[in-house]
Amino acid sequence: MIVSLNWLSDLLGRDLAADDVAERLAMLGAPVEGREELRPQLDGVVVGLVERAEKHPNADRLTLCQVNNGREVVEVVCGAPVVKPGAKYPYAPEGTVLPGGLRLEARKIRGVVSHGMLCSARELELGTEHEGIMEIRTDAPPGTRLLDAFPLEDTRLELEVTANRPDLLCHKGVARELSVVYGVPVKLPAIPNAPRGDGGAPRRVKQTGAVGGVDVSIEDVEGCPRYMAAVIRGVQIGPSPTWLEARLRAIGARPINNVVDATNYVLYELNQPLHAFDLATVRGNKIVVRRAAPGEQMTTLDGETRELTPEMTMICDGEGPTAIGGVMGGATSEVSEGTTDVLLECAYFDPPRIRQTRQALKMTTEASYRFERGTDYEAMPDALRRAVQLIRAVAGGAEPEPPIDVYPKPFKARTVVLRPERVAHVLGMPVTREEIERILVGLGFPVAPKGAKLHVQVPGWRPDVTREIDLIEEVARVRGYDTFPTELLPFRTSVVPDDPIEPLRAAIRRVMTGMGLHEARSLSLTGAGGEGAWRVLNPLSAEDAYLRADLLAGLVRSAERNWAVRERDIRLFETGRVFHDVGEARPREMQRLAGVISGERMPPHWTAQGKSPDYDVWDVKAMFEEAVRVAGPEGVVVEADGGWELVDGDGARHGWAGALAADRPPWAAQLYGFEVEVEVRDRPHPLHQPLPTTPPVERDIALVLPEGVSAVAVEEVMGEAGGALLVATRVFDEYRGDEMVGRSVAWRLVFRAPDRTLRDREADEALDAVLTALKERLGVERRQA
Amino acid sequence: MPQTPAHQEQLDAVAHAVDRASRADAATLAQLKTEILGRKAGTLTLILRSLAGLPSEERRAIGARANQLKRALEEAIAQRELALQQEARAPKALDWTMPSRPVWRGAVHPVNAVTDEICEVFRTLGFTRVTGPEAETEDYNFTKLNIGLDHPAADEHDTFYLGPGVLLRTHTSPMQARVMEQYQPPIRIVVPGRVYRRDAFDPSHSPVFEQIEGLAVDEGISFVDFKAAIDTFVKLFFSRDTAVRFRPSFFPFTEPSAEVDAQCQMCRGSGCSTCKQTGWLEIMGAGMVHPAVFENCGIDPERYTGYAFGMGVERIAMLRHGIPDIRLLWENDMRLLSQFSE
Repeated sequence: MIVSLNWLSDLLGRDLAADDVAERLAMLGAPVEGREELRPQLDGVVVGLVERAEKHPNADRLTLCQVNNGREVVEVVCGAPVVKPGAKYPYAPEGTVLPGGLRLEARKIRGVVSHGMLCSARELELGTEHEGIMEIRTDAPPGTRLLDAFPLEDTRLELEVTANRPDLLCHKGVARELSVVYGVPVKLPAIPNAPRGDGGAPRRVKQTGAVGGVDVSIEDVEGCPRYMAAVIRGVQIGPSPTWLEARLRAIGARPINNVVDATNYVLYELNQPLHAFDLATVRGNKIVVRRAAPGEQMTTLDGETRELTPEMTMICDGEGPTAIGGVMGGATSEVSEGTTDVLLECAYFDPPRIRQTRQALKMTTEASYRFERGTDYEAMPDALRRAVQLIRAVAGGAEPEPPIDVYPKPFKARTVVLRPERVAHVLGMPVTREEIERILVGLGFPVAPKGAKLHVQVPGWRPDVTREIDLIEEVARVRGYDTFPTELLPFRTSVVPDDPIEPLRAAIRRVMTGMGLHEARSLSLTGAGGEGAWRVLNPLSAEDAYLRADLLAGLVRSAERNWAVRERDIRLFETGRVFHDVGEARPREMQRLAGVISGERMPPHWTAQGKSPDYDVWDVKAMFEEAVRVAGPEGVVVEADGGWELVDGDGARHGWAGALAADRPPWAAQLYGFEVEVEVRDRPHPLHQPLPTTPPVERDIALVLPEGVSAVAVEEVMGEAGGALLVATRVFDEYRGDEMVGRSVAWRLVFRAPDRTLRDREADEALDAVLTALKERLGVERRQA
Repeated sequence: MPQTPAHQEQLDAVAHAVDRASRADAATLAQLKTEILGRKAGTLTLILRSLAGLPSEERRAIGARANQLKRALEEAIAQRELALQQEARAPKALDWTMPSRPVWRGAVHPVNAVTDEICEVFRTLGFTRVTGPEAETEDYNFTKLNIGLDHPAADEHDTFYLGPGVLLRTHTSPMQARVMEQYQPPIRIVVPGRVYRRDAFDPSHSPVFEQIEGLAVDEGISFVDFKAAIDTFVKLFFSRDTAVRFRPSFFPFTEPSAEVDAQCQMCRGSGCSTCKQTGWLEIMGAGMVHPAVFENCGIDPERYTGYAFGMGVERIAMLRHGIPDIRLLWENDMRLLSQFSE
């Protein structure tokens, strides 16, 4: 909502300071998001009267104008398509510096010297219009300083208005808020040249009534609970007076003609959208407010033909729809230059219905925006009266009869009961009854004491206030949130237990960062579907059409992005949710942990000539095992196609590690990755193992493993055959040679007796038992030297 | 023929030389060798050579001592030479300015680090940490939170839909309802997690972002408790001297509602480009839990009151680390992530 500081000042009858207004509105809940000083630097620019305009002798698109600048008539070449003789325009003489910094000089244009220029609104930085020069409607004689002829200096404030406060979408509403904090009343400014008298008090009817010979009736009472209309005869359509145009320009609205400008003025002053019909175009002498019929169509003011649906409330004449109620008028009933009689509509439309309508039409107008949030049905007669007055003041005409007010089921005034002690209970400090009353009455809520309670009547402009808590907020808001202390008082502990996933994720982070991996965050929306991926019904683009079903795909893309910026060393992990379609109403959400590595295993150092070996499969296996240990479900890591899998007792797969395919530049190293399901489960605290008190005996053996015998199978046999004395086995070498069948793998076996010093003989006996078992069960023998 | 007393004096000098040899440098050793052991004119050589002309008794005594001293001196010189050689072979002093051997250092993502830190601050205020589903129902995301889909307030939640009545949560607030349905107060929780809005990427918007929800419900919790908790949080998270400002606002599920501003950390409130010259940074939306939400979750709004708050984590991480564009937080660029090692 854009407000003019001048306009607010007029409503409050005092000069307001922009800084103070901004600060106070922020603390009332309507912060100023943007502020623009309308201080045009137009010192040299004067009112110029075009006395004659003719085509430039040497250029079709240029006009040669004789401009009266108050002292003399000068020749000016103008590029605008239309220059009207007898009209006044801003004239910038030679030597003027325009707001853009351009200094005007006498200049020959196609053989004719132009003395200065006639300006468009954009050239003067008064607006964005640049299609034509800016015609000014003023009585000021030529040569008058433009700033004197035309009140242009103002401050424009852009307010952020929350969805619950339609009353702040107009100047009166904003002024009302300020009136409470400034302690001054709001008073509508007088309309210059306001006519005396009017058509009389509106005639309230239940169903149908006539005004100006037109029968007005409401069939769609839900969509349009109240519909008022006034007829003004004998208007003369033309430009609005300067003050009205200036007021609209100050808030960035574009003047159109006097009747439309008047309705817009009332819109921005009182938040009541109005629609002016050309009475001559109302066919069949009737207006019916009804739901649109299925399949019905109409052409709106913007020239679009629109499909109508039954949630839309239509304003129809004897032959069909002329406006989409509360949203937009129709092209045929618009006020135009030839209009003499106007039917002025002032209505209240049901907010949810307007919302459905504008969603269906995919269009929002100033009117629909306000009706959707709720306008003040109580204030309609006042708004209509003010609009009629204003139209008659700026366009002439008379109101020969009272307006009609079709109001089938009047709304009941809303009363909310407020308990002053509840105010203290919720806000945490007492607020006196007097202060509560002062605040509410100041905001326009009549208050009647009923015993210990207050009966508070809600004014029509506050549809948001429906229960006691709403009034408590008003008290807190106007009193000022900053008047409440910030004293920390004792509290009871939460009965809600911590989710165990978070400490688990913290442990994952410690382990993974300890291995040198950086934590990544990838979008959970992705373009890649894949098996079991859940599709988003309304994605923004193909890039976010699915919920991610795994983490590795995102990390591979991250690796590729790093390669794209010539980063060769990649170490990333991520822990987060993936989503699988398991045939239920919602996707199943599961926690995963994944990582990718590529490039140097250690940072390069001069002791190794600045080189480090690249990561290989054994590194990713280690990380996978660590990931499984810290976060995975129970299971074993087994060899799988090109890598490893984590499988549980039932053979189900819960993780994978290995080399990854990626879009890899030639200089990049192989990419490896792992992904494992994260499972919250009891991971018992380690129990202390007594430290050994006896020395170990070590034996190194080289074994020849035939094809098909795995290291893990050998260690299994060792463990079984070695008995209690064998406390550790460790592979320390592998050798493959042409001269041998299979391969040679070297182990160090550690023997120890817990209670005594083990003798060599005993260790050798245990080793022999291991070797015998290996030979018998796996055909594995000691390598002959 | 030399006189015996002269021999004894010379031998005393040799004994002294044995002593010197154990401390001598290389040049002195060479000198001693020549002067005492030299084959032509060494002191001992001469003495031994002269023995033949001495009376037998003297010859034995002097000869024995001369030979003993010769061995002792040769041994002392040899030992000293070895020691000097070892000294010479010992490595030169290190250049201690050479670079150390580095290690890869992993870093927690700044958004997750800030999330953890915020949750830890609230833990000191008695809040436990829970999580909830990202695929939510309209009921929990909107209806139970008093957000009518027929009200314009719903427009602020541009929503990704997954199915009929099923959506990607637009905020972490649905967990308010889920927790209140499951537990009777006292409730104090924070809920971190991803939320989704159908917004295109720009420097400050992302269709996916991290939010932290908070909820405290008990008997007698008031607006003063609310202000105190948030004020304490800001002072613990940012700094003790950070000013906090509460401005009225509107959220359908809180009333009174507030926007909370913290004094700008960049300019300390004097106005800069980060805070758009206001001196304040908006850090969360908050307020007292709306009675309608209590009613929707089966909690008696007359007996219980409470407050709730929600904040975007990326924004706070960006402020803290001076990150200019939210998209940087999704790129997983090693060069960026490595800047946040502990």
